[in-house]
Amino acid sequence: MNFDPRFSGRKFASVGTRPIRPDGVDKVTGRARYGADFNMAGQLVGRILRSPHAHAVIKSIDTSKAEKLAGVKAVITAKDLPDLTDGDAAMYDILDNCMARKKALYDGHAVAAVAAIDARIARQALKLIEVEYEVLPHVTDVDEAAHHHAPLINDQVFTEGLEEKPAKPSNVTKRTQFGHGDVHKGFAEADFVVERSFKTEQTHQGYIEPHACVASVNADGTADLWVCTQGHFVYRQHCAQLLGLEASKLRVTSSEIGGGFGGKTHVWAEPVALALSRKAGRPVKLVMTRDEVFRASGPTSATSIDVKIGARKDGTITAAEATLRYSCGPYAGSWAEIGAMTAFACYKLENVKTVGYEVLVNRPKTAAYRAPSAPMAAFAVESAVDELAHEIGMDAVDFRIKNAAQEGTRASYGPVYGPIGIGPTLEAVKHHPHMKAPLKENQGRGMACGFWFNFGGQTCTDLNIGMDGSVSLAVGTVDVGGSRASLSLVAAEELGIDYSHVKAIVADTSSLGYNDMTDGSRGTFSSSMATISAARNAIKILRERAAQTWDIPVEDVIWEKGHAIAKGEKYGNLSPLSLKEIAAASGKTGGPIAGHSELVADGAGVSFATHICDVEVDPETGSTRVIRYTVVQDAGKAVHPTYVEGQYQGGAAQGIGWALNEEYIYGKDGRLQNAGFLDYRIPVCSDLPMIDTQILEIPNPNHPYGVRGVGETSIVPPLAAIANAVSNAVGVRMTHIPMSPPRILAALDAEREG
Amino acid sequence: MRYIRPLSIEDAVGELAKAVGPAAILAGGSDLLVRMKGGFVEPELIVDIKRIGGLGDVTETAEGFRIGAAVPCAVLGENKALKKAWPGVVEAANLIGSKQVQGRCTITGNLCNASPAADSVPALVAAGAKAVVAGPSGKRTIAVESVPTGPGRTSLAKGEIIEAILLDKRPAHAGDAYLRFIPRTEMDIAVVSAGVNLTLDDHGAIKTARVALGAAAPTVLLVEEAGQVLVGSKLDQATLDRLAKICSGACRPIDDKRGTIEFRRKVAGVLARRVAAIAYKRAGGK
Repeated sequence: MNFDPRFSGRKFASVGTRPIRPDGVDKVTGRARYGADFNMAGQLVGRILRSPHAHAVIKSIDTSKAEKLAGVKAVITAKDLPDLTDGDAAMYDILDNCMARKKALYDGHAVAAVAAIDARIARQALKLIEVEYEVLPHVTDVDEAAHHHAPLINDQVFTEGLEEKPAKPSNVTKRTQFGHGDVHKGFAEADFVVERSFKTEQTHQGYIEPHACVASVNADGTADLWVCTQGHFVYRQHCAQLLGLEASKLRVTSSEIGGGFGGKTHVWAEPVALALSRKAGRPVKLVMTRDEVFRASGPTSATSIDVKIGARKDGTITAAEATLRYSCGPYAGSWAEIGAMTAFACYKLENVKTVGYEVLVNRPKTAAYRAPSAPMAAFAVESAVDELAHEIGMDAVDFRIKNAAQEGTRASYGPVYGPIGIGPTLEAVKHHPHMKAPLKENQGRGMACGFWFNFGGQTCTDLNIGMDGSVSLAVGTVDVGGSRASLSLVAAEELGIDYSHVKAIVADTSSLGYNDMTDGSRGTFSSSMATISAARNAIKILRERAAQTWDIPVEDVIWEKGHAIAKGEKYGNLSPLSLKEIAAASGKTGGPIAGHSELVADGAGVSFATHICDVEVDPETGSTRVIRYTVVQDAGKAVHPTYVEGQYQGGAAQGIGWALNEEYIYGKDGRLQNAGFLDYRIPVCSDLPMIDTQILEIPNPNHPYGVRGVGETSIVPPLAAIANAVSNAVGVRMTHIPMSPPRILAALDAEREG
Repeated sequence: MRYIRPLSIEDAVGELAKAVGPAAILAGGSDLLVRMKGGFVEPELIVDIKRIGGLGDVTETAEGFRIGAAVPCAVLGENKALKKAWPGVVEAANLIGSKQVQGRCTITGNLCNASPAADSVPALVAAGAKAVVAGPSGKRTIAVESVPTGPGRTSLAKGEIIEAILLDKRPAHAGDAYLRFIPRTEMDIAVVSAGVNLTLDDHGAIKTARVALGAAAPTVLLVEEAGQVLVGSKLDQATLDRLAKICSGACRPIDDKRGTIEFRRKVAGVLARRVAAIAYKRAGGK
């Protein structure tokens, strides 16, 4: 295939318009089918028994009483999920997380599961399973866990990335380092240095739809899984490997998704549901309760970050350094590493050094959460940048503009940037009316920048042209934010037809080649590239059919505005043939017309945003209200601007929740205290102002339309923007997220008491 | 599980009195159903009281108002006379849960759920509301503050049902108000709360005052000393500061997921001050 992905600077007819999404009517009328809406004849109810202990050896599990209960069709433990991971440590961790093998590693860790004819019997059966635990000392705080006296979560872990292999095991699994130049030299050149430590608490993605699936394993080794996921092909791979199935015999269908934000990129309950179905010989539906979602799925890392930044009087940053400790849950991860890569990505720095430490704790396995690891690093760095600008006496925006990365800047994490949007977003913010809006008593303003890498990856699409000229587009990236609308626009654009004639669906794993999951803000970026490629392949066939009809060489046929046109004066008597006409005749000209594409979408353009936030703080209660919020972000090209704005607003809304009230609260016993939406406080509608957005379009040179991913960057600046605003409102630097009312009031009291 | 829907209070009382296993009363169900779904309670008998005559009515009598046990909080918000007489009680009832929940939940249920953070209870205690209790040995009328005895526990005996809440007729120059602290704007549970009910004399000085705090102790607190400090004043700054100090001091809060002891103490005083000012203004004070 000769697909040229380079940006071409074309004029658009469909791309950039705002039609209604194809999944919209079903969603607002309640017809859309989510994970729990699928049912099969004879299906059983699956339920999981979870450890009440943060850290405990599982000495024995007696399932005999549960098995004898009438209506129970299968009871499983780790024995029913034998280790088939063949030395793959990451897969072993996934397996152990799905069903604890030797130790329960957090409150909520699965230890057994049942399938029964109804929910009541399943619940009763769980109560009849006898688990003998030997409770071990636990640790849930990231700093305490990194301490050498902390209880060891896994005595086989020796810190990687140190110059010498350590003699003793530790909860720190890995050290990573990034940067260039000489920070010691840089700090020596600085007139001002800000050095601070920050903490962020653990948050959950907070998707409204809990994890849900229906699994059906047949006696012949084939299986079906209907599931709410961000990546059904990845779920297929993981489930097939863990269950010992052939991947192509496990057909995975993704449902509509009620939010994922990275939390639905990992399997949890699905292998358990498949194992239950295999043992029971019947389909099993498994739906997590909200309590289970909080205790055993999701969350992002809790962090502890030290930042030091130095600058000259003229505002040039001379050195920047950060040490980042991120919690991983009980299994190794690379969360601090990502934080260390993103921390200073917005800036042009001569001397920069970041060090990340991955820390095991007795909490659920850390999962990706929208630009994973970047918001916490940005909170620490952008807070320090703000303080440094203040110390120098420079405007916070001007200070950032002076130090912003540009095309050709060597990023702090290694690569050299192409055309990027950090400078333009800052300039846009500088001139935004929000910056001039008046502030009243107890109100404050803050701003902050954010970066995300974006990702491309393996992608496959099919475009089929019906005999009536309508087009169906089958994609393999789950639609989490309106991508079916965006991809339909792209197909319409390329074919030169109206959006209303294109219908996009998310195909199941047996109908399309492998696709990476919808993560890394890749859905629209990569699938639009594959859609363009597939459409161009279909156009080639459309031109051939027209050439055949006219009996002229195909080289003389061009495709324009939905028509085949015979090029040249000698064909003056040939009227253009529309796509509809060619499609209608296809049965006689060679059969169905389709375009296929499989590719690796390289060249995902990096993404930058700058946010402005105004808050009002009640100094007597510490209560904070966000009163004004503006997002400025580079989209490369906004395919469907409404859904781009939706991504900007959604990221900001989640960031506001994280900044102000959301946190995992653990008791001294290591148990999660607030596993529900009542006490895990995500913002409700009335907590938020209308979030204003401004889309910038700095084309990505590696995409035909200039598209960049837009989904994740918007959650990177809010923690810092809000912290800067609150600090500005109350006159005290806030260093601990979330800035809940008790934390703000305590900080104010500490300041008042000197 | 057995579900029944008796038509008389006597039948309901009789069924509850003879129940062998765990039994529950269902009015709006906004607490009961959540607890059942969460697996916290598994009642063998559920007595739905919504069909019992009179329990769904708000009646204005010579003595004041009688609010049936099955009246949803949203209905209170639509009752103009009640809202005019007892705006604090009504605003507290209309803070519970969401709009949808308010269409089901009842102030009697809120009282009997016996949560120290119940929104309508501090307002009812400040208002001096009474509860009419029907039981196997007849009916009795008790002060609402004597109903909850601890988190999730009440003084009601087996077979007893609260059939109505009584609020007094209002004299001239009276006002009540309720405020709670939540980190969000709605759909939350009070971290700490305060209700104040005042009457003024002809000169605008406070004649009687009742102050109640929520989520500040195992049960809603009636802070009599706080009421006393208000009496005779026109709510000057010094009085407000003393009120705040007394309320902070009266708290016996806990540290939990919703707030710290220190935070609750401080904010209890702040809220008492703010809510007293609202009640004073409503009573016509200047």
